[in-house]
Amino acid sequence: MLDNQTPLVEMRNISISFGGIHAVDNASVDLYPGEVVALLGHNGAGKSTLIKILSGAYKRDGGEILINGEPAEIGNPRDAKKYGIETIYQTLAVADNVDAAANLYLGRELRTPWGTLDDVAMEAKAREVMGRLNPNFRRFKEPVKALSGGQRQSVAIARAILFNARILIMDEPTAALGPQETAQVGELIKQLKREGIGIFLISHDIHDVFDLADRVSVMKNGQVVGHARTEDVTKDEVLGMIILGKVPAKAVPGPGAMQMA
Amino acid sequence: MADTINSVHLNVARGANENPVRRFFRATEIDTRLLGMIGALLIIWVSFQISTGGLFLTPRNLWNLTVQTSSVAVMATGMVLVIVTRNIDLSVGSVLGFCGMVMGVAQAQILPQYLGLGHPAIWALTLLIGLVTGAAIGALHGLIIAFLGVPSFIVTLGGLLVWRGATWFVTSGQTVAPMDPTFRLMGGGTEGSIGATASWIVGLVACLAIIWALLHARRQRKRFGFPRRPVWAEYVLGGVGCVMVLGFVTVANSYYWPANIARRYADANAIAWPEGGLLIPHGIAVPVLMAIAAGIIMTFISTRLRFGRYVFAIGGNPEAAELAGIKTRWVTVRIFTLMGALCAIAAAISTARLNAATNAQGELDELYTIAAAVIGGTSLAGGTGTIAGAMLGAFVMQSLQSGMVLLGIDSPLQRIVVGMVLVIAVWLDTVYRARAK
Repeated sequence: MLDNQTPLVEMRNISISFGGIHAVDNASVDLYPGEVVALLGHNGAGKSTLIKILSGAYKRDGGEILINGEPAEIGNPRDAKKYGIETIYQTLAVADNVDAAANLYLGRELRTPWGTLDDVAMEAKAREVMGRLNPNFRRFKEPVKALSGGQRQSVAIARAILFNARILIMDEPTAALGPQETAQVGELIKQLKREGIGIFLISHDIHDVFDLADRVSVMKNGQVVGHARTEDVTKDEVLGMIILGKVPAKAVPGPGAMQMA
Repeated sequence: MADTINSVHLNVARGANENPVRRFFRATEIDTRLLGMIGALLIIWVSFQISTGGLFLTPRNLWNLTVQTSSVAVMATGMVLVIVTRNIDLSVGSVLGFCGMVMGVAQAQILPQYLGLGHPAIWALTLLIGLVTGAAIGALHGLIIAFLGVPSFIVTLGGLLVWRGATWFVTSGQTVAPMDPTFRLMGGGTEGSIGATASWIVGLVACLAIIWALLHARRQRKRFGFPRRPVWAEYVLGGVGCVMVLGFVTVANSYYWPANIARRYADANAIAWPEGGLLIPHGIAVPVLMAIAAGIIMTFISTRLRFGRYVFAIGGNPEAAELAGIKTRWVTVRIFTLMGALCAIAAAISTARLNAATNAQGELDELYTIAAAVIGGTSLAGGTGTIAGAMLGAFVMQSLQSGMVLLGIDSPLQRIVVGMVLVIAVWLDTVYRARAK
């Protein structure tokens, strides 16, 4: 990436522990505008925990977060949203029983001058945004649970970009999807990237994200093994980082790198 | 993607092959579940009408039914929000009892000392005291549930015992009577009804409101170019709504004052007693108007306000709601506060109707309220339910009970029947939901 630019996000020396277990231990990652960084690691490697600190779901025990080079205080999901950080969760965090427009605006509803919900305006905007993401989407009046996995995912993504997210966190964005839907989400990521949005992709499956990412950061046992540009490393080398913590020559080692004799 | 396209095709195909009944429901967007409940209600009514030999569907019985339903119906509107967020409130009967007792003491013993007996402000102050008491109790329950993390089942089970006990302590178990004359209007009866002319005005206003709402919704959808209902469907909806409203007013206006009260009224106002008796219509009862107002306000809150949207989102996916930045704990506190205030309104209705505040007031009402909400389609799994459904549920339960009373069925057997109906209703609903998927 452009090294002279200020990173959009910089997480420095982040630590958090739950009941004495260091879920994340002295981890640092960064993200530049228009860049896709894949955060890889096994289940339990600490990648989801690290990113939940950025999205405000967890409070860190130590370390600092810089947004555009300035220290940011993120204590809850509302704080994160103020900094333009939007998260699409692994578990498809949508409220199943309300419709697409209600989900898009959940927590930030449009209101009429009388303070009532402006459902019509919200539906209009929802139709516009969904039309851009998924032109075949027609089911605006139905609860989200009636939709397919891909449609629900597009609702979740639309929800994030609707509020001009600058930093997008996608936790296993394609885990619940079929092959065509996965390809569609891939297209979407490229489109968002062109708009200058920085994206963290979190996955335990390297094949999901390798082709989409500009850089990879690998975590193991709560520590960062290392960072690498995807053009400099092969999938096998990254697998070595994930499984063994072995850092290839062209990658930058982190605190969790395997100590070579 | 593929299934999006398929489903679009399917929808088109469905549109072409649909039978007229199906198309009618889709065009009018009538909730078929609600319609099913109205159907069940009609079946109950007709079978009681036949088995009682024509005693059930009389203006008098229907009018009484609406009055008897109003107290539980008011509480059921709040119980919907409680259950939608995956909580339960077992304390509503006891809170009703406590608020009733507090209001009884306030209007019969305390306020007259300062204002004098029969002062016109007594009823309003009493109601205010009751509302504050109920809301405070509800807020306390909500705070314990939301911030101390005690499950609502336990908190309100404790509340069931605590507030029933507290009711006793207010007067050491004594019944308080009589109530303030103005306050008693909230209980219905001959005095507590608004008469024929006012009932027609209420009915006409309601009809105009229905027509305005339909027109407004259509105009809004047109403005943004959304798909609209066919025009005939709008006419059907407006027509059915107005006919139901005016039918209700007609029934309320066909129930006349009892002969002895009418005669006393005639004597007092120097009206000559006509041949065949003086027919003064009751019109809609005040408690029924209160219940309808509660229903409309609660429907507005749950569908038109942010708060209501949050309630349903929390019920659907509490984690998603929290991550969306909703202050879920405060929403819980507000729901229970609202529930407490509604218990106070129900308490006003029931003490006014009884013309006394007693220890046992509202016993078992928690179960009837929950049953009404559940029969009305509120899912205990959270996330779904409507205010109108819950009120209809209360009406169904009251119809059953009242019909069994008319048939002379013993009260133990009545309970057995009501209990079975609850289970069967929920089972049918489960079947319906499984099909709908």
